[in-house]
Amino acid sequence: MGFWKMFYKNKLALTGCGIVILLFVVSLLASVLAPYDPGAIDLRNVLAPPSGEHWFGTDQLGRDVLSRMIWGARISLKVGFVATGLAILIGMILGAVAGFYGGWIDAVIMRFVDVMLCFPAFFLILAVIAFLEPSIWNIMIVIGLTGWMGVTRLVRADFVSLRERDFVRAARAIGANDARIIFMHILPNALASILVAATLGIAGAILTESALSFLGIGVQPPTPSWGNILTAGKDNIDIAWWLSLYPGLAILITVVGYNLLGEGIRDASDPRLKR
Amino acid sequence: MSNYLIKRILFMIPLLLGITVICFFVMRLAPGSPTDLQTQMNPKASTEMKERLMSMYELDKPIHVQYWSWLTKLGRGDLGTSFSSDHRKVADKILERLPITVIINFLSLIIIIAVAVPIGVLSAVHQDSLFDKVTAVLVFIGFAVPTFWLALLMMIFFGIHLGWLPISGLRSLNYEYLSAWGQLADLVKHLILPVFISAFGGLAGLSRYMRANMLEVIRQDYILTARAKGLSERQVIYKHALRNALLPAITILGLSIPGLIGGSVIFETIFAIPGMGQLFYLSVMARDYPTVMGILLIGAILTLVGNLIADLSYALADPRIRIS
Repeated sequence: MGFWKMFYKNKLALTGCGIVILLFVVSLLASVLAPYDPGAIDLRNVLAPPSGEHWFGTDQLGRDVLSRMIWGARISLKVGFVATGLAILIGMILGAVAGFYGGWIDAVIMRFVDVMLCFPAFFLILAVIAFLEPSIWNIMIVIGLTGWMGVTRLVRADFVSLRERDFVRAARAIGANDARIIFMHILPNALASILVAATLGIAGAILTESALSFLGIGVQPPTPSWGNILTAGKDNIDIAWWLSLYPGLAILITVVGYNLLGEGIRDASDPRLKR
Repeated sequence: MSNYLIKRILFMIPLLLGITVICFFVMRLAPGSPTDLQTQMNPKASTEMKERLMSMYELDKPIHVQYWSWLTKLGRGDLGTSFSSDHRKVADKILERLPITVIINFLSLIIIIAVAVPIGVLSAVHQDSLFDKVTAVLVFIGFAVPTFWLALLMMIFFGIHLGWLPISGLRSLNYEYLSAWGQLADLVKHLILPVFISAFGGLAGLSRYMRANMLEVIRQDYILTARAKGLSERQVIYKHALRNALLPAITILGLSIPGLIGGSVIFETIFAIPGMGQLFYLSVMARDYPTVMGILLIGAILTLVGNLIADLSYALADPRIRIS
């Protein structure tokens, strides 16, 4: 059974795929879908509970929570993709080099991975972000720079098991150089596991971004993000439950979507599961 | 065994050095300086005063000199003095807060083991049962829930809606007037939500891991042998299978320690608990380099020690692993 057929038969994976596509559509059409301007302050309508007019209520400045969440989807998508892209790029190159060349290069890179893995990543992210100016670009870069270790291990393992195969020897016999062998011959064989890691990585990056924004060092108001709406939820915890409930649900559904999609891709590309 | 231990501990030293180098350079290379907070808002602060502050904190020297001076002080067991207005020793500031963080993380580790292991075992033994399916869904959601959001919801529900549990701090205002038992009960009440939240993240991972392990173990030949010689199902599962499935879980617990410590920043900030995580958050905000460095170092040491204990107990529990 082929990849697409396996994937197509997996209802959970399709659900995940549907959630991810929906999020893309919402972010692309944010300006059309949002019922209000996400920055429009309405001081006569501060902290209004959900109603027909404001489905998810309003925040402490009377801004429409649903509209802010729709625009927030765009932010989390952007952070997820850019941060994960950076992590994958670093992890892929380091893992490929370590696995392909072996020896001391491998030892140095993998020890560096060990070092990076053994301190609480969230501590490091927090320290770096707070010392830099908290901005959406810095967040993406820092989340990316602290998230590449898993990919490195994964790609390295693939390269170690592939580099002695016949097709690699054949490529070398016809005179291909190292770069060509790494990128044109071995890497395509490792793509499935990289894709899975990327999908799951996006989920992780979105969670980290929301936690940072919640702590006030992520996406800065007035730019709406799911995390910083939740900060307002915490400040008004005793009166405005809707500020806490809905943005968190959005994060949960998004992360579930990416996780389902990632596991679906994994199952569909695992030859051991093919019948 | 002792040779192995010494080797492992010696190996930790270069790792720790690497960590401190990365932290130190990343922090100091970032733009802005801790003196900004004290001088920018103050119109009376002159350039001279700024320079005096910089030299007091040794910030005017090249970065490798600063690192060397930090490292030599560390060698004497001195983590330096905090940049914040109290100018206290960093070691004292951390030590008075460390126990709270360690206790909460320790309690949540116990809860993680006590809840996740039975869930994993039961769902593996009754594979594809209703219980298995329900826990699979819960575990999946558990992976995706932002813990700080869950904390908010629980604060709203148990703290505000039902009014059962306090939502911030470690003690009530009338703590001093309570009896000894009352004080203990008060502390427990304050700890329930934070411990639950910090345990929550690890629950999903460990229970899924236990289930996968258990499924693999019960298909082994020695389980077939145990059944064949007429042992009861109970004995087969809990004596033969569980022991073997628990082993790899020890490593997972060791690996989950950085996450737990990192998570303490979030729940200590939300619940206003005066622990190391909160101190870290406050120090980062105030650009208090020595305190931030100190906490990063302690966090890394805790992680390494946790991994070491995990590896050692793995080796002790499994005679197949030869340590040489």
